[in-house]
Amino acid sequence: MSISLPIIDHPTAARDFVADDERTHWHDAALWFVRSKRDKQAASVPEWEYLRSLASGIKSHTIANLAEYLVMFERNATALGAKVHWAASAEEHNQIVLNILRHHDTRRIIKSKSMLTEECGLNHILEHAGIDVVDTDLGERIVQLRGETPSHIVLPAIHIRKEEVGDTFYRHLGTEKGASDPKYLTEAARGHLRGKFLAGEVGITGVNFLIAETGGFVVCTNEGNADLGASLPRVHIACTGIEKMIPRFEDLAVFTRLLARSATGQPITSYTSHFHGPRDSDSELHIVLVDNGRAKIRESREFRDSLHCIRCGACMNTCPVYRRSGGHSYNATVPGPIGSVLSPQRDDSKYASLPYACSLCGSCTDVCPVKIPLHHQLLALRGELVNRRRIALSKRWSMKAASFLFRHPWLFSTAGKTGRVALRWLPHWMTHNSMNKWTIARELPQPPKQSFRDWYDANRRSPTQSATTNQHSRSTSESSS
Amino acid sequence: MHVGLFVPCYIDQFYPDVAIATLELLERLGVTVTYPAGQTCCGQPMANTGCNDETAPVARRFVEMFSGFDAIVCPSGSCTSMVRNHYSEYFDEDDSTFAHVRDHSYELCEFLHDVLKVESLDVRFPYRVSVHQSCHGLRELRLASSSESMEPRVDKVRKILDLVRDLEVVPITRVDECCGFGGTFAVNEADVSAAMGLDRVADHVHSGSQVLVSADMSCLMHLQGLIRRQKTPLEVMHVAQVLVGRPIHSN
Repeated sequence: MSISLPIIDHPTAARDFVADDERTHWHDAALWFVRSKRDKQAASVPEWEYLRSLASGIKSHTIANLAEYLVMFERNATALGAKVHWAASAEEHNQIVLNILRHHDTRRIIKSKSMLTEECGLNHILEHAGIDVVDTDLGERIVQLRGETPSHIVLPAIHIRKEEVGDTFYRHLGTEKGASDPKYLTEAARGHLRGKFLAGEVGITGVNFLIAETGGFVVCTNEGNADLGASLPRVHIACTGIEKMIPRFEDLAVFTRLLARSATGQPITSYTSHFHGPRDSDSELHIVLVDNGRAKIRESREFRDSLHCIRCGACMNTCPVYRRSGGHSYNATVPGPIGSVLSPQRDDSKYASLPYACSLCGSCTDVCPVKIPLHHQLLALRGELVNRRRIALSKRWSMKAASFLFRHPWLFSTAGKTGRVALRWLPHWMTHNSMNKWTIARELPQPPKQSFRDWYDANRRSPTQSATTNQHSRSTSESSS
Repeated sequence: MHVGLFVPCYIDQFYPDVAIATLELLERLGVTVTYPAGQTCCGQPMANTGCNDETAPVARRFVEMFSGFDAIVCPSGSCTSMVRNHYSEYFDEDDSTFAHVRDHSYELCEFLHDVLKVESLDVRFPYRVSVHQSCHGLRELRLASSSESMEPRVDKVRKILDLVRDLEVVPITRVDECCGFGGTFAVNEADVSAAMGLDRVADHVHSGSQVLVSADMSCLMHLQGLIRRQKTPLEVMHVAQVLVGRPIHSN
């Protein structure tokens, strides 16, 4: 990883976002609107669940035979006149791109959205090398002008309000002060970007799907910026993770039907652009295939399915935690549920809090168009983090104590009784204070005088039955402790 | 049929009436029910933290305790899912005792709907209620179709509630959004958890509901904590309490 982000745990980062109640609700509503659009679109396809199974099956097959398909892709893409590059890491990827740019003596590049280049920290490297990088996706341009990173993989500026965009454009593009009309601001960005497009010497795009059988690839956008970026300059560099592969051209239809519906609730993206080799003999097409940890994930039986991801962002839109904590609270290139699965596999100490930034509600798993069992993977990751001793010792010890308690019913019962009596008699401030996080926003339950087990013994259990079952429970607890 | 009553730890200690209501309901329906003494917890708090070594002995203890019953019934979707969907890693693949317990563990409404096939209940509950679908009941046990999924499924909790006389179910806006409890999530991510819960409470209040009903008391423990702090005029009740016609101020 080239970007170094400070280690900030999710609860701390989320606190600031949640503290602004009005903003949190606005953010939540904006994303819920997208999720609702997705529901309508998914419901309009009778075979929706079948498509998900099909997509998941195609991806499982592809990831299992990835090496074969990569080689096939390279062969076919090369035959079409493209130059295929292999990068094992983010650093290698950045160096390859930089070498191509240097070879062409490039000073200005235009870039359409690519989460891979965000992952590799490409912009930073290029800017450092004195190259002018212009993100041409509107959301990404807003984020770039503000010196921020995207907070969502499909909607990079979803955390920014139109008034704030107006302020940014006033300062950078010279729009009217106080303007917040989206149409006016979009027109201004369009005018500004048109000049950048014309001046761009090399176009960099991401990739949505690599097609092994044809050696071509597909880029899906709504703004047409990838087409313009790839068509105006003479050199096009497409940067992609190796997991974007699908075997055949006919498989593509399964994914294009799922992608835009899941992402933004549109039947299809405005532009689905196919690239098959350079456009003419005077042009160059470079395809950079990047591993950067993907092969390692592929080795893991438990987490291999996370490579199915087609980066639709539906898991973010549906995640009740993401919607209320904002994408930046994850401190990772890919936020939300899928980011919380992928990031700790790259760096388990920096991202150790992410698998816990989840209530395990499972909405992400049900919404995922390629059926990644996201919440089960997040749960499994917690086990990995505990095994690698990446979670706080206090947490570990409290669970050891709980386990001991649950193996000794008399102790459990006594502890429960003591706790309930204490809760009844202690003054409210002693049980409800900042030491007890439960009580920051909530009251504790009102403790009953009798637990169920005591009630049952008094009302249902015969003395003989009680003796036998108690004996049974003792032997059970001893045998398993 | 001899049913083993599986009472989640927090219900035992904090909401005994939910377990009493479950027991009474099953007995009214002619089921022989025993509450095995010495039961504590299914181990979910440890498992959800990732502490699998600490979960294993608790899971084994649970299976041993409940292996002698024809069915195990629990007034919680989450705890039932723990046994059905998450216990397998603590047992050998060919462990028939475990397989029996796993395959015969039921959430209460599921048991009423699928096993007893209850078609009428002699109970009246003259209130407007709104239903909170617990995530684990919904997406792990599939007690209904989740709003994300396009696969139609019977809403078992709703089917059972519809048997109650004079009970009016009022619709909420986000039919199955998580309340933000999530076990240790509620304290690990206290701020986000509270924000999620407050949004749920607001949705139920706006529906005109008098009683927020759920098949999972853990969600309700969290929501009730918020309701009490905010002094919101809304009661919470477990579905079992509704099914035996408890008064609305039971919790």
